[in-house]
Amino acid sequence: MTVTKIVGLPQSGHSDALLAVRDLRVSFPSEAGRVDAVAGVSFDLQPGRTLGIVGESGSGKSVTSLAIMGLLDDAASVHGSIRLGGRELLGLDDRAMSRIRGKDISMVFQDPLSTLTPVFTIGDQLVEALTIHGTMGRRQAAERAVELLRLVGIPRPESRLKSFPHEFSGGMRQRVVIAIAIANNPQVIIADEPTTALDVTIQAQILQVLKRAQEETGAAVIMITHDMGVVASVADDVVVMYAGRPVEHASVYDVFAKPRMPYTIGLLAAIPRADRRDAQPLVPIQGNPPILINLPDQCQFADRCPIAIDACRDDVPQLEAVLNASNDDDDGGGHDRDSEHQVACVRAAEIEDGGTIKGRPIFPVPEIAASDLAQVPRGERKPVLAVDNLVKEFPLLKGAVLKRRIGTVYAVSGISFDIREGETMAIVGESGCGKTTTLLEIMELAPQHGSDIQIDGHSVTGLNKREIRTVRRDLQIVFQDPMGSLNPRSTVFDLIAEPMRAFRYSSDKVEKRVEELMDLVGLNPEHSDRFPAAFSGGQRQRIGIARALATNPKLIVLDEPVSALDVSIQAGVINLLEELKARLGISFLFVAHDLSVVRHIADRIGVMYLGKFVEYGEVDAVFEDPQHPYTTALLSAIPLPDPVKERTRERILLTGDLPSPTDNSPGCRFVSRCQLHQSLEPDRQARCRDETPALTGVDGVHVNACHWR
Amino acid sequence: MSVNDVRDQLAASALERGDSTGAAAMSRRKRLSRRELYTRRFLRNRPAVAGLIIFVMIVLFSIFGGLPAKHSYLETDFLNLSAAPSADHWFGTNNAGNDLYAETVHGLQRSLIIALIVSTGTTVISAVVGAAAAYFGGSFERVVLGVIHFLMVVPTFLILALFSNRSGGSWIVIAVIMLLVNWFWPARVVWTLSLSIRERDYVSASRYMGVSGLRIVVRHIIPNIGSLLIIQFTLGVVGAVLSETGLSFIGFGVKPPDVSLGALIGSGADTVSSAPWLFYFPAAALTLLTVSMALVSDGLRDAFDPTSAAGGRA
Repeated sequence: MTVTKIVGLPQSGHSDALLAVRDLRVSFPSEAGRVDAVAGVSFDLQPGRTLGIVGESGSGKSVTSLAIMGLLDDAASVHGSIRLGGRELLGLDDRAMSRIRGKDISMVFQDPLSTLTPVFTIGDQLVEALTIHGTMGRRQAAERAVELLRLVGIPRPESRLKSFPHEFSGGMRQRVVIAIAIANNPQVIIADEPTTALDVTIQAQILQVLKRAQEETGAAVIMITHDMGVVASVADDVVVMYAGRPVEHASVYDVFAKPRMPYTIGLLAAIPRADRRDAQPLVPIQGNPPILINLPDQCQFADRCPIAIDACRDDVPQLEAVLNASNDDDDGGGHDRDSEHQVACVRAAEIEDGGTIKGRPIFPVPEIAASDLAQVPRGERKPVLAVDNLVKEFPLLKGAVLKRRIGTVYAVSGISFDIREGETMAIVGESGCGKTTTLLEIMELAPQHGSDIQIDGHSVTGLNKREIRTVRRDLQIVFQDPMGSLNPRSTVFDLIAEPMRAFRYSSDKVEKRVEELMDLVGLNPEHSDRFPAAFSGGQRQRIGIARALATNPKLIVLDEPVSALDVSIQAGVINLLEELKARLGISFLFVAHDLSVVRHIADRIGVMYLGKFVEYGEVDAVFEDPQHPYTTALLSAIPLPDPVKERTRERILLTGDLPSPTDNSPGCRFVSRCQLHQSLEPDRQARCRDETPALTGVDGVHVNACHWR
Repeated sequence: MSVNDVRDQLAASALERGDSTGAAAMSRRKRLSRRELYTRRFLRNRPAVAGLIIFVMIVLFSIFGGLPAKHSYLETDFLNLSAAPSADHWFGTNNAGNDLYAETVHGLQRSLIIALIVSTGTTVISAVVGAAAAYFGGSFERVVLGVIHFLMVVPTFLILALFSNRSGGSWIVIAVIMLLVNWFWPARVVWTLSLSIRERDYVSASRYMGVSGLRIVVRHIIPNIGSLLIIQFTLGVVGAVLSETGLSFIGFGVKPPDVSLGALIGSGADTVSSAPWLFYFPAAALTLLTVSMALVSDGLRDAFDPTSAAGGRA
């Protein structure tokens, strides 16, 4: 390893920095050699400020936070310096770190389901956090615990103290975790993807709670996330990490408005936007992040960078202050070193504000052919899937030996829609609203009594097993988790060939088709003898798509196909889906919680709430003019990757969580959280509660289920 | 995300990757296959390697140990009754004049064959039955689990003793009966594990693609509990050797003129003070066999377990 100097750190706060990280390096052992997960991270954290660390998975952002907390595995080697208020933290033993953890630095983890111990009440866990550092007695701690729960917005905190974690929803648990994190008024709070496991509506609530917690304690926050929208919403400064190194460090406004590192520019261009119709395809960054083993001394992004030159491969570029070249009218063309904005790119000076060099975009926009079917009006296209009054109810059972039914979960209650040729339909909603159940119910091809599913114009009701199998040829599925949906012990060839073998294709035909399919989805057919573990997440999802395409289906059902992928990879898969739709005339039924992706890819959208569509129509109509209060709230909760817009717009915060789906009494199901309902007169409110609203509006274009819209 | 996750992810992506940018990396570094990876991790565990070497030597000894022997195990030497180890009788003789060296080689062979048959059989039967019960569910699952639970409460060791005694100590009958009373414990473990695999997306994916049930069990479920089955197999060998030895020791197992380790130890135990070699030589062979197998299975478990220390240090 070469010795690198620390150059060009923010000049502003050398003396008053609360947490100063200098040249942090972390390595792990692996079978293939030493993994340099973090290779030279430096930053200063000021009190009361929020530092956002963004990057794709494997960029070293979580490892950085664990290194600060001293929570790394013993097998890891850590070098550099981490100083908290002048005290060196690296090299402290576990006992000494335990006195700092939770008191001076605390952490909020990603998954609220596993960060609380299930066998203790949350009161016990809060009191433990308060008393462990010997600053407080038990009685005092109990009082403070109530205060803290109230601060993070948990209703009836006195009685909730005695509740166990499983009695809380995910969002509520994350609030408790935040309460524990701020219990001892820490100086630094590290939040590692605190909202990734949560729904957008809950995410908006949690971000607000974090903000309030920060105001209350005056702590500095390190916000680690992959979501540019979250960064735009909460961060003051941003560090963009790539392959274990920081590549751009600037204020949040500069990062979004004047990015100078091609990686940042690419990342921003790859994000679909929920607030406008993208006229052009997304811009994916080619290739994959490098393996962090034996990296050559060069810009790690050079292999994926469209403007890489020979100088990029000479040495590792260091973070250096940006020369403000474009401020001609400021002070007579004098080059002003903007010390707050640092970039590790040799060509940073050439890059202009819009992500261009000499007026030409750095990342060329890919071209995707338009579909012939787009010319045909929707009414004249054949429906490939028609769902009529789909119902799925699960019995709630109790008792160990003799099970008796004590209730019903109304997972899907009467939804109807149709999908035409070459059309993409999306179903969106919070987790637990029944969207995945809808998909699986369609895939089962066994509708419950009173519902009907028609594939390509033929009803599947009353078909026998053999006929159902034949229908499956026209209907294929792509799952969310690209690793989980591919058997790790089968080769790619076997995986893609599986549906064809199930339909007894001849082996010659299978071989030819597999090659053809791999080519179609952008994989090298020579890699067909490898196992899925040899591929990255995006490529695995392509394998899944190739497998779904194998039998030439008419409809592919996609369950959150891109939510497990990094943004730069996600853009490539989205483009692939659009291309397939245009070239093969396939229809997609798409389930997603990411509304930006839906806006980009879908033609029609159904917004689902507790098993019912509350709004259904053409995607532009719904996004431009959301009518149902739930849709409005959902749309306003999406964080936009634009700090100016994000901080000025008005947000509708939904209160509470999704209610239990076991209640089937009449009335609007959204009534408990509806912001419109609260503003109505009592007699109109009564109608919401007593009368179930039907979908009304312009039929086939835009309908909603609200009495008052 | 825990450190281990990060590390595994890094290691996984680092180990095997092939793509446009990875192409350059490919040429630089040879891709590790799964087998190479597990071999490397196994070899890092010194005791396991020692166990493997001992086991291989024991197997070789049981096959070829008879070649240099001066006597057959059936032959009785009336001039040397209960003789101590000597140049003629390396391990000594018993009170009937049988050469203990020849008997130990043969007994080891017998015990090993029985153990391998029983362990292979139980592994295969338990894998198929357990995985099929988990995948198909419904009444099939209920029946299979009923049978398994019934067999669990039946005193199988007594049944085993009864039948083997009646058969006159034929080792084939003993192996078959041991197979029949051993398969259900692992089958229940396989069933539990398969339950979680049944919920994996790739199983539903195949089902939605129209793949038949038995094919899903064989192609998708069983391979994914392979590491468990391998460990179960090695531990099964130990278990089978021990229970066969136990049976023979109390006189319900292999009967003369055939010998097994258990029979040898059983008769040797009676004369442990007057002719200690009759006990110690077969006992040493048994101990070496079981300990080596236990070490091997321990090493295999560590090699398959991504969170174990077999990953080395940075």
